[in-house]
Amino acid sequence: MKFKTTVLAATAMALASSVAVAKDMTIVSWGGAYQASQKNAYTDPYVKDHPDINIIWDESSAEAVAKLRAMNEAGNLTWDLVDVDAADSFRLCDEGLAMEIDPDKLLAPAPDGTPASEDFGAQLVNSCYIPQIVYSTTFGYRNDVAEWNGATPTSICDVFDLEKFPGKRALEKRPINNVEWALLCDGVSKDELYDVLATDEGVERALAKLDTIKDNVVWWSAAAETPQLLADKEVVIGSTYNGRLFSAIAEQDQPIDMLWDAQVFSFDGWIIPTGLPEDRLAMVEDFVKFATDTQRLADQAAYISYGPARASSAPLVGKHATLGIDMAPHMPTDPANSKNVIYYNFEFWADHRDDIDAKFQAWLAQ
Amino acid sequence: MSESSTAPLTTSDGVPLKVSLAKALRREKLRSFLLIAPLLFFILISFVAPIADMLFRSVENAIVPDTLPRTVVALEDWDGSKGELPGEPVYAALAADLKEAVKEKLHTRLGSRLNYDMPGASSMFRSTGRKVEKFTDGNYKEQFIKADKDWGNINFWEGLKQLSSRYTDGYFLSAIDMERDSTGIHFKPEEQRIYLMLFGRTLMLSVAITVSCLVLGYPVAWLLANLPLRTSNLLMILVLLPFWTSLLVRTSAWKVLLQDQGVINDLLVWAHIISNDNRLPLINNQTGTIIAMTHILLPFMILPLFSVMKTISPSYMRAAKSLGATDWTAFWRVYFPQTIPGIGAGAILVFILAIGYYITPELVGGTSGIFISNRIAYHISSSLNWGLAAALGTILLGVVLLMFVLYDKIVGIDNVKLG
Repeated sequence: MKFKTTVLAATAMALASSVAVAKDMTIVSWGGAYQASQKNAYTDPYVKDHPDINIIWDESSAEAVAKLRAMNEAGNLTWDLVDVDAADSFRLCDEGLAMEIDPDKLLAPAPDGTPASEDFGAQLVNSCYIPQIVYSTTFGYRNDVAEWNGATPTSICDVFDLEKFPGKRALEKRPINNVEWALLCDGVSKDELYDVLATDEGVERALAKLDTIKDNVVWWSAAAETPQLLADKEVVIGSTYNGRLFSAIAEQDQPIDMLWDAQVFSFDGWIIPTGLPEDRLAMVEDFVKFATDTQRLADQAAYISYGPARASSAPLVGKHATLGIDMAPHMPTDPANSKNVIYYNFEFWADHRDDIDAKFQAWLAQ
Repeated sequence: MSESSTAPLTTSDGVPLKVSLAKALRREKLRSFLLIAPLLFFILISFVAPIADMLFRSVENAIVPDTLPRTVVALEDWDGSKGELPGEPVYAALAADLKEAVKEKLHTRLGSRLNYDMPGASSMFRSTGRKVEKFTDGNYKEQFIKADKDWGNINFWEGLKQLSSRYTDGYFLSAIDMERDSTGIHFKPEEQRIYLMLFGRTLMLSVAITVSCLVLGYPVAWLLANLPLRTSNLLMILVLLPFWTSLLVRTSAWKVLLQDQGVINDLLVWAHIISNDNRLPLINNQTGTIIAMTHILLPFMILPLFSVMKTISPSYMRAAKSLGATDWTAFWRVYFPQTIPGIGAGAILVFILAIGYYITPELVGGTSGIFISNRIAYHISSSLNWGLAAALGTILLGVVLLMFVLYDKIVGIDNVKLG
């Protein structure tokens, strides 16, 4: 009898303690190489120090905005931390689905004591967003196209030059970035881009420029398509995220080169969903503080070629974890690559995306 | 005798038989209802209610009167056609409403809602929200226009007034490429019309897919039903095989096959059927969508056809032939009419599945092969314009129901058989 009681008590205690120990934290990200880099740089070292936390990955970032809204309406929040791109963070912040944060209170200062708000600087694009990386949407081209007679594209406008650079192009099936590039090559200066785009005539002008190459465009909707299309010789030049091109070039040895001209900078980062219970919020805040400190952001660059969002992380960027090559020259933020850069205009696109998208889709369908 | 025939029949305890029977019947009905009640309840909760809720969003517009209650009331007396901005009381009401909305963080939400109809409203509410708390009393009109010059735009106020009621037909108008302004309802400019064309294309391509499924599936189903069991079982596994492969894998496989530098074009060039410069555009257009979706939906045509053909006795064909019919006449006059219920079932299944597809068209349809569901998906997951998505979905549902009624009128729904 006594033995039985002891066993029961021990079991009960083991159960109770295991319940107390296992704290689940659900992190939403994009899957693939990007999520792997976050796992290597953020969660693996964090879990080593916090063995009581169990990380659950959910690869839903692409539908995060809609799903968060649905969770919010249903009153059942199952996510703790969500990785979204900066444009989505505007919608989430506006809808009240993402929590507003105080960067200096939540985020770690730089090693030299610079407060986080200064270290992140302009990258803190709205009051909810905690950026991790700077990525760019830019072009890659095949370097073995016989019809080009040895010429290589050096300017964004070469994309629109079918005579000098014949062949198919891959562009994203949405207006963002494409209309900016079209206007730049139609003679609009970078400072006036969005003033022009805000008018009906400006949008028409951009679409007219895109019309000149429309018959030679393959439109993509998933960023992985462009490297594939390039590798299959389906297209000779195409836009996608720079990290996708890096892995095609450096990891898969494809005959592709980068065209950095007029690359569009944007960010990817965290938002904390509104309405987390206090204990979960405390857990998430502790993790975010760790995962966005100077060293962690620099570490991530060893696994994927995206630039850290903190100024203080840049000098710490080292070599690729498995290839052993220097990562700095492959960063979109590298001075040699970022001579001519467009900054994604979040406010403009938050206002005009639906409107221009409708016109763009109608133009596509013609 | 005559007396007993007019007196009502009663049971042994004196209750009229009719009443007693009805009572027993009612009990029976109640019992059978209770048996299906769990399923009915489940369907109501998990199927009917969410759909009804989603459809309701296509007219719901409470966010405007709820967030700006005072402004909406103040705007009632204002008439935009005179070309004058609303007066100071409206701006004062707006300031009071906005101050409250900012506290609850509702102003940016309203901004996103208004932005669907008035591009620019999103940043207008975001930036004004930051400034409105510092507004001093009085002279609100000037302060608002200083905060964002669009507060002095008469078109914005007209738009706001139109959207100030609890329910709106705006989403439905947008869904059929129309809009409403001060002069009434009319079509949007040509370069912004897209949905009617997409509805038309979705129907047209779905019919094309259904027809090609039928043409390809009919002979296969016939083989399945008539071959010896061992061979037909093997064939059946081949038919079902696509079901066990992920949709994305199947679609990607078609990419490899159909693209310009893909297997099919390479083979054709190798066989000198086409020249290297004239490779066939088989993907990223309607052809790609039709080919890939026919493949994916083919089993849904074959299976009902097969189960109907299986029940047709081979002796009918033999009888027809022994009476002097040619092979074709025997097939067309005797066999084919008996398979019509299977064709009906397969065609409805394939057509309805096709009309709602969006992953495959998105991946292989390019620009000319996408469906209305791709735009619905965009509004659900990217633009968050769930009202418009709901309106488009409602119309699609309506069209499908209409097709159903038409089908019933022409073929007869009783004529559908799954086996």
